[in-house]
Amino acid sequence: MTAPACTEFSLLLQADHDGELGAADAARLAAHLATCPACRAEAESLRILSHRLRAEIPPATLPPGLAAKLGRRNRGFSVRSQTPGFAAGLAFAASLALFVMPRRPPDLAAAAVADHIRALQPGHLMDVLSTDRHTVKPWFAGKLDFSPPVQDFAGVGFPLKGGRLDYFAGRPVAALVYNRNLHVIDVLIWPGTAAPRAGTTNGYNYVSWTHAGMVFWAISDLNASELREFAKLWQ
Amino acid sequence: MIVSRSKDDYARLVLPHLAAAYRLALWLLRDPATAEDVVQDAAERALRFIGGFRGGNERAWLLRIVRNAAMDHLGRTRPAAELDDETEDPGLSPESALLCAERAANLHEAVAALPPKLRECLVLRELEELSYRDIADIAGIPIGTVMSRLAAARQKLMAQTRDLRP
Repeated sequence: MTAPACTEFSLLLQADHDGELGAADAARLAAHLATCPACRAEAESLRILSHRLRAEIPPATLPPGLAAKLGRRNRGFSVRSQTPGFAAGLAFAASLALFVMPRRPPDLAAAAVADHIRALQPGHLMDVLSTDRHTVKPWFAGKLDFSPPVQDFAGVGFPLKGGRLDYFAGRPVAALVYNRNLHVIDVLIWPGTAAPRAGTTNGYNYVSWTHAGMVFWAISDLNASELREFAKLWQ
Repeated sequence: MIVSRSKDDYARLVLPHLAAAYRLALWLLRDPATAEDVVQDAAERALRFIGGFRGGNERAWLLRIVRNAAMDHLGRTRPAAELDDETEDPGLSPESALLCAERAANLHEAVAALPPKLRECLVLRELEELSYRDIADIAGIPIGTVMSRLAAARQKLMAQTRDLRP
């Protein structure tokens, strides 16, 4: 980045690194990188720095006492809502809601995201806590009428953390839990076929696919491109 | 159903992001006990403001509240002029900040020694993996400022990382 011409590419390089570059600028940057070793080195330095930051700085964990205290706040809230005036208001609002609320078909994506968020509440994420797929897979035996494929992708940065039994889309399903750096990925699995989907709801990304007679839903606050990468590992 | 919706919203909007809230508070304040106080303060504010949430990224929404609570806390305990200082950490004198940066034994210390406004952008992008738009909303600055602060933070770290061991 020594040549004056490179200065204008400095922020573009960074935006590209952060996945924030538009198509036109990306093309301009690619053309420049092809001819500029200094900017290629700069791009590599950015990549190394990001990798080191994520690898060498462990995320602080929420102190359990604080989590418990703030979880209780939620229950305190519901008690306060039971004062008589509120209750009457609620009953009235509820009766209105009966007429006003449009009936929508159940949306699997919204349900999958809601399931993921519910699972993130303290103590809900995992019934079997193991990074060993030979422990997780047999755990499902006798609890489900199918045997979910359990894979560990620790080698490529998606370590298996455990699993749980879930009730989803009107049937019991297997839920596997994976990590990607700070992010938790839920994978819901049941036998069947469905058209592949991908999208975002409430800030959570989801991808669904069918493979070997099973439907898969992966949900996470991980960015969409890494979640797609995770989904590809299964197929 | 306003009240019970708020309760559901608290469970949906706030509880899943408490760990991220605590991490940001800790990076901004660098003291676990103070970070806990600020997260509690932020959770109370979130509960009050929950009706005003207009959709979008709820983690960014909560982090903005955490950030404001942290700044209010710093404002109460430190003179305002120090907070506006773009170049040095408000908690350290210029000399000790420089020494600290030079002597950072590892990357964690090097990040902790960054000026607060640079540290905030770097942590939100690199460790929380938020978009420029979300970081701009959290810090209350334009996207262009996010980009320049991020670039400055990375240049400082890259200048040091060659000597820092994992």
